[in-house]
Amino acid sequence: MRLDRLPISVLRERYVPGGWDLLAFLLVFSFFIYLAQAAHGLTGSLARLEATPISLSPRALVGYSARTALRMLIALGASLVFTFTYATLAAKSRRAEVVLVPLLDFLQSVPILSFSITILFFLQLTPGRVAGAEMAAIFLIFTSQAWNMAFSFYHSLRSVPYELVEAARNFQLGPWMRFWRLEVPFAMPPLIWNMMMSMSGGWFFVVASEAISVGNVTVTLPGVGSYLYEANLQKNYVALGWAIAAMFVVILIFDQILFRPLIASADWFRLEQEVGHAPNRSWALTMMRRSRFLRFLGNAFQGMLRAGMKPPKPVQTRLPSVWEGRWGDYAWYSLLILIGVLALWKTTTFVLGEVTAREIGRVIVLGFITLARVVILIAIASVIWVPIGVWVGMRPRVASIVQPIAQFLAAFPTILFFGVVVSAIVSLKLNPDIWLSPLMVLGTQWYILFNVIVGASAISPDLRYAGQNLGLRGWIWWRRLALPAVFPFFVTGAITAAGGSWNASIAAEVVTWGQEKLVAHGLGAYIANATDAADFQRSVLGTVVLSLFVVTINRVFWRPLYARAERKFRMT
Amino acid sequence: MSVAAQALNLAPLLDVQGVNKSFRKPDGDELVVLENVNLALRPGEIVGLLGRSGSGKSTLLRSIAGLDPPSGGVVSYLGQPVLAPAAGIAMVFQSFALFPWLTVLENVQLGLEALGVPEAEMRSRSLQAIDLIGLDGFESAYPRELSGGMRQRVGFARALVVHPNILLMDEPFSALDVLTAETLRTDFLELWGEGQLPIKAVLLVTHNIEEAVQMCDRLLIFSTHPGRVVSEIPIDLPQPRYATDPRFQALIERVYVEMTARPRGDPRAGSKAERFPGTGIGTTLTHVSSNVLTGLIEAVNEPPYNGKADLPALAEEQHLEVDELFPAAEALQLLRFAEVEGGDMKLTEAGLQFARGELDERKKLFARHLITYVPLAAHIRRVLDERASHSAPKSRFFDELEDYMAEDAAEQTLRTIISWGRYGEVFAYDDSRQAFSLENPA
Repeated sequence: MRLDRLPISVLRERYVPGGWDLLAFLLVFSFFIYLAQAAHGLTGSLARLEATPISLSPRALVGYSARTALRMLIALGASLVFTFTYATLAAKSRRAEVVLVPLLDFLQSVPILSFSITILFFLQLTPGRVAGAEMAAIFLIFTSQAWNMAFSFYHSLRSVPYELVEAARNFQLGPWMRFWRLEVPFAMPPLIWNMMMSMSGGWFFVVASEAISVGNVTVTLPGVGSYLYEANLQKNYVALGWAIAAMFVVILIFDQILFRPLIASADWFRLEQEVGHAPNRSWALTMMRRSRFLRFLGNAFQGMLRAGMKPPKPVQTRLPSVWEGRWGDYAWYSLLILIGVLALWKTTTFVLGEVTAREIGRVIVLGFITLARVVILIAIASVIWVPIGVWVGMRPRVASIVQPIAQFLAAFPTILFFGVVVSAIVSLKLNPDIWLSPLMVLGTQWYILFNVIVGASAISPDLRYAGQNLGLRGWIWWRRLALPAVFPFFVTGAITAAGGSWNASIAAEVVTWGQEKLVAHGLGAYIANATDAADFQRSVLGTVVLSLFVVTINRVFWRPLYARAERKFRMT
Repeated sequence: MSVAAQALNLAPLLDVQGVNKSFRKPDGDELVVLENVNLALRPGEIVGLLGRSGSGKSTLLRSIAGLDPPSGGVVSYLGQPVLAPAAGIAMVFQSFALFPWLTVLENVQLGLEALGVPEAEMRSRSLQAIDLIGLDGFESAYPRELSGGMRQRVGFARALVVHPNILLMDEPFSALDVLTAETLRTDFLELWGEGQLPIKAVLLVTHNIEEAVQMCDRLLIFSTHPGRVVSEIPIDLPQPRYATDPRFQALIERVYVEMTARPRGDPRAGSKAERFPGTGIGTTLTHVSSNVLTGLIEAVNEPPYNGKADLPALAEEQHLEVDELFPAAEALQLLRFAEVEGGDMKLTEAGLQFARGELDERKKLFARHLITYVPLAAHIRRVLDERASHSAPKSRFFDELEDYMAEDAAEQTLRTIISWGRYGEVFAYDDSRQAFSLENPA
C-alpha cells in the first residue's frame, strides 16, 4: 500500500510526458492562476467596490468575464451538490418526495428577481465586505440553474432500468456504490444537457444576478452583467457589442473545456448506441484520456469513491419499526399539514398587513395580462420556428451549424435589445403594452427550435422514404408526417419556453435605456417595481400569484397535452 | 448412479417451504401469484422451473434471490432464512443487466468490489472468470460493442466470479438467437460437467422445453393462475444429451403432456364440455394476434396434420416458442376452434370450418364464437348495445376487471379483447378517446 502514495511520475519506470501532458499541465495551472486572481476580489471591502465604477473599456471586460465565469462555475458546482442531495432524497424517500417534488415545481416558477431580496441577508453575513454580495450573486445564479438539473436527476433516478437495480442488489452493492456505479452514470446524459441549459439560464439572468438593486441597497459587482447594465445606462452600443463578444468567448471556452468532454464521455453512459449516431468528439476529452497526469487524477477520484464503499453488512432480520408503518405516515402528514397551515397563515398575515383584497384582485388581473402575452407570443414563435426546425432537423449538416447558434442566442440577456426596442417605441410612438412583449420570448423561443430540430432529426429514414414513395407533398406531408412526428418534441420545447417567458416577463415589462423608462402593464412589471422599491409584501404577493399561474397552467394544460403527445405520437 | 440421485443423499443448499406470494389489489383483495411452492436444491444438481408466462416462476426466482420476499412460507439458504440478497446466491439475467458504462472487466469486478475484495485479488479472480467463460481479449470492451451471446457470457462471468454456491438463471438464453443460445448452453454444460465452475447447484427458469430437458437433472412444472408446482419430472439421461435421441424426444413429449394436462383436483376437470377454460369475465386473456390464430388453424388443418397435430412437432415446424404456442393453443381452445389434450391439438368442427372459409366467413364465425364463448366480449357488446350512445369508456371495463386480476393483467386482457373484437368486427375502439363503440368507420 505504501507504493500507492508515490506520485505516478516516480512509480512509472518510463514516464515520458507526452504532448497531451504538456497541454494538460498548461491548462490546469493557468486555471489555478485564474482562480487565484479572480478570488482576490472577494475579500475586498464593499466601500471600495462602490467607489470603483464599472468601466466600459474592452480591456476591463477581460477581468469582468473571468469574474462572471467563476461565479457561474461555483454556482454550477453548488447546483450539482444540490442536485445530488435534494433529488436523491426526493427519489429515495417516499415521505420526502411528497414535499420536495412540489416544492421544486414551485421554486422553478419563482423568478430570479424575487430571490434578489436575499442580498440583504447575505450582506449582513459579512458586513462591509464584498464576499456577502458575491455570495448573493452566486446564489442568484444558482436559482437560475439548480431546479431543472434537480428535476432531471430525480426523473433519472426514478427510471433506472429495473433489471440493473436487481443486478446491483443481487451483487450486494451498497447505497454509496449503487449511487456512483449505477445511478449517477445512468442520469448523466440528461443531466449534462440540463447543465448546458442551466448555463444559458445563468447568462440570460446575468444582469439581474450582478447588478442587484433592492430598495436603497445597490450593488454592482464587477462582471459582464454589470458591464451590460452600465452600457445600457450610458446608451453605449459599442460596449454592448463588446459584451456580446466576451459572452461568446466565455461560452465557447465553457463549451470546449467543460461541456464537449462531458457530452463525449456521456456517450459511454448511454444504454444503447443509436444507429447511425456519430460519436461525439472532443479534443479536451482526448487530452484527458491521453494525458497520464490527468488520468492519475481520475484514478485518484475512483479510489476515493471506492474508499467510501463499505463491505456489506451481514443480512439481519429487522422488524419494521412503528415509524415506518401507517402510523408514521399519519404523523408525518399531520406535521406537513401543520407546517403548511402555519406558513399559509404567516404569509397571509404578512401580505395582508400591507395589501388590500382589492389589490390582490388587481394583481390577478395583471397575471392574466401577462398570461395573454405568453400565450400569444409562444403561438407566434411556434408558427415561425416549427417549420424552420423541421427543415433544419431533416438536414444534419445544417442542424450541426444551427444548434450551437440557437444555444448561444438562448443565452442572450434581454438587456441587449433594450436600446433597439426603446428607441423604436419612442420614435414611432408605439404602445409599450404591445411592443415590449416580444422581449419576453427573445431568449426562450430557441427552446422550441432546439426541440423541434431534435424531433425532426429523429424521424426514421424509412418513414421519410415511405412519405416520398407515397408522394406526400405540401400540406399533406406536414399534416400527416412532419408535424405529428415532431409534436411530442414541440410540446417539450413549448413547456420550457412558456415557463421561461413567465420568468423573463420581469426583465421585459420594465425596460430602461439610459434615463428613459418604459413600463408595460403586467405581473412582471409589478414584481420588478415592488422588488426595486424593497416592498417585500408586494414582491411576495406578485411572486406567489405568478407561481400559482405557472404551476396551474402546467397542471391543467401542459401535463395532459404532454401525456397525450407521448401516447399518441410515440414512434413505437 | 446419476448426479441427481447422488444429490438426494446430501443436505439441501436451498430449501423452499410452502412459499406463497400474493399482491394486494387496490380494492384490498389479494391476488395469488404463487401458492404453496416447495422445492429443495441439493449440491450437484441443475433444477429447471418450467411454465408459461404468468406462472410465477420468475417471481419465485426473485424470492429465492432475496430481491422480493415471499408473502408466506420460508426460503432458506444453508439453513438461514433469505430476507435480502445473500452473498452465496448469484443471478444471471434474461436481459443480461450489464452496466453499459463499465467495461467487461469492470462489470465482472463489480460483485467483488462490493464485497471489498482487495484490488490485486479482484483483478486476478476476474481475469480468471473471463478466461474461463471464453471472453479472453474482450476485457476492455464495453457491452455495447459485444454481440448478445458475448454479453451473456459477461453476465455469466460476473455471477461466477463471486464464487456463489447457487447460480440462479432467469431465462438466460431466451434473448439470444437459436444458434448462439445452443453454443452457450453446451459451453456451460461442458464446464459444469468438468467441475470447472465454482458453483454447487443451478436453478434455471425457462419456458423452452428442449432447453429444460437438455440441461436439467430435474424439472418442476408450474401451472398458471396461481403458480403451483403441478408435477416433477426427473431426467436421468447422461450428458451430453442429443435432441435426436429417442429418449430425449420421449421426455419432451412427456413434458408437453404434463403441461397440457388439467391440474389434479381442478373442479372443472371432468366432463368434456368443461374442459374448456374461461368461465367468467374475470379470465385473464393472453394477447395472441389474430394472425397467429389464423396461421395456427391453417397449419393444423393442412397436411401432414389434417386437423390433429402433435404439439412438439407443431412448435418445431412453426418455429413457435412454448410461450407463444401455449397461449395460442389456449386461445383457440377458449374460442372452441380446437381442443388441446395429451400434448396434441385437434381442430373442432368450427375450427375446420374456419380453416376452409374465406376472409368474410372467417370473420363472421370468429365474431359468433367470440360473443358466445368469451364472456368479456359478450359483456362489452351488451353494454354497448344497451347504451343510447353505443359507446363506453375503457375505464369502465378496466375497473371491473381489476376486481379479478392485477393491473397489468387487466391491461393485457383488454388489449386482447380489443384486438379480437376488431378482427371479428364485434365492436370498435378509439385509442385517443380510450373508448369502445359500435361504430366502425365506414
